[in-house]
Amino acid sequence: MLTILFDGIAYGMLLFILAVGLAVTMGLMNFVNLAHGAFAMVGGYVTVLLMQRLDVPFLLCLPIAFVTSALLGAVLERTLYRPLYNRPHLDQVMFSIGLTFMAVAAVDYFVGSTQQIMQLPEWLKGRTEIGEGAWMLGMGHYRLFIIAVCAALTIALQHILTKTRFGSRLRASVDDQRVAAGLGINVNVVFLATFAVGSGLAGLGGALGADVLGMDPTFPLKFMIYFLIVVAVGGTSSITGPLLAALLLGIADVAGKYYIPKLGAFIVYSLMIIILVWRPQGLFVRKGGKA
Amino acid sequence: MNTPDFSSMNNTNILMRAGRWRWWELLLWAVALSLPWVMNTHALIINEIAIVALFALSLDIILGYTGIVSLGHAAFFGMGAYTAALFSKHINPDPLFGLAVAMVVSTVLGAICSVTVQRGTDLTRLMVTMGVGLILMELANKLDWLTGGADGLQGVMMGPLLGRFEFDLYGSTAATYSIVVLFIMFVLARRFVNSPFGSTLKAIHDNRLRAMAIGIPVASRIAVAYTVAAGAAGMAGALLAQTTGFASLDVFEFHRSADLVLLLVIGGVGWLYGGVIGAIVFKVLQDAISSITPQYWTFWIGLFLVVLMLVGRERVVRPWTWFGTSSSKKKEGAA
Repeated sequence: MLTILFDGIAYGMLLFILAVGLAVTMGLMNFVNLAHGAFAMVGGYVTVLLMQRLDVPFLLCLPIAFVTSALLGAVLERTLYRPLYNRPHLDQVMFSIGLTFMAVAAVDYFVGSTQQIMQLPEWLKGRTEIGEGAWMLGMGHYRLFIIAVCAALTIALQHILTKTRFGSRLRASVDDQRVAAGLGINVNVVFLATFAVGSGLAGLGGALGADVLGMDPTFPLKFMIYFLIVVAVGGTSSITGPLLAALLLGIADVAGKYYIPKLGAFIVYSLMIIILVWRPQGLFVRKGGKA
Repeated sequence: MNTPDFSSMNNTNILMRAGRWRWWELLLWAVALSLPWVMNTHALIINEIAIVALFALSLDIILGYTGIVSLGHAAFFGMGAYTAALFSKHINPDPLFGLAVAMVVSTVLGAICSVTVQRGTDLTRLMVTMGVGLILMELANKLDWLTGGADGLQGVMMGPLLGRFEFDLYGSTAATYSIVVLFIMFVLARRFVNSPFGSTLKAIHDNRLRAMAIGIPVASRIAVAYTVAAGAAGMAGALLAQTTGFASLDVFEFHRSADLVLLLVIGGVGWLYGGVIGAIVFKVLQDAISSITPQYWTFWIGLFLVVLMLVGRERVVRPWTWFGTSSSKKKEGAA
């Protein structure tokens, strides 16, 4: 039972890293970016291909995946996303779905539609077991690694958002673009940087998750719904909301698939609908922020 | 969006004129009805276009006229398809009877789901509608004793239409059947959106707060519009199941809802012919592109979407504005 909880937490942490960038674009910049999964896929594929074809060590792949997706995010933000900021949500949804379709077909064309297998380094393959019987806790080393990386990232993000100058600029730009611009904050640059970091985090999540979630060209469509659930349920005004939502979702999904495999993803979707009908703005909402 | 500007339309004559039939419309429908027999080799795709057009028509009622975004309209489509297929397989093979039952079932489902679209922002609505579609897909997948699971529901035999016209292999009967249903639903939808009730929907679409302030019961209006649209989508699904004799998980798939929004955007929202035109353009494009590159046609659809959104739909369908100054666009950007 503890093992399931542990796996659920690892899965939830992974989802959080994948989704946190989306929480920022969607909640803070008010842009519904369904193509977020495509950035995650870029990170995942960069890692898998580097490791398969060039034998780059796993730990080096992670920052490369981050940088690649962040650069891609920055370029796309500047060229394609920015003109769409003030458009209706429906336009943004259609645009980003279009991007996703293109990404899926392009990866299929260049790499092939089969699922990519990743060889983890030896020191991440083991498994440690503590305790006995029903309370036995089995920790895969890789999952332990994921939890550690994600926890570190979460703390760093929280610190950047609440304690640094950039964080306060971002929060100001988000709460009122015009006033922020009037105070001499370059809103465009702030948004560009934020979007790039969000995409980079997605890429990093994809790289970390390539082994757990599986990498094939349908990845962005398959996991899009999960990212969206994390963001919608968690509320978009802080990063603790999405974090808790991601953990909840991860645990519910792993436990549901383990105990009642017949129902599958059914539990997660129902949970989401109930929560959203009950609290349309998400579970954790900052008071006074813009909805 | 494409809704007419009502500020200048303060007299009833203008409102009534919008609902009047024009001669060219009747001509178009007459041509449409003759198509399955004239272009008998293309009857299958004509049938498909008619079904998708009906599906788009139903989405237009909630998206174009009421302003409710939905990415899960396939839920009702799929419900209709499975209901019609199961009904004909186990109870009664008569197509019209099955169509009516499918419509009733999906209308009831729509009424239940209409609770979920009342609150929250666009994002919440996108999520909830998408979630309902996914839940139904999971159900259809897991209840394999009833629905056949991932293999789909096979061996649906339809009785002859009105007891006389058999469904044949070429699909001429099927296409005519679908077009007639589409036409009837189109007439009804037209009555619906041009009625005083429809005007209140447009008011809600333009400004919900203002609609509330002038005494329109917003919540119940949205619920009714959503329910009606669900019923129409269910009929489209039923037509698909009946004319192909098959229902599979594919009817619930996310891409079906996404494609639907896409084709409605191509044709134009808030204009009933938009769905029909979008359906024709989309299906013909899909047919043409996938015959050239069967595997990668989604790439071209994606590219088309991206360009369409970046350039703006208005400018793509009106090529003569390409080189003019877009003053309205600039104003929008500055605001």
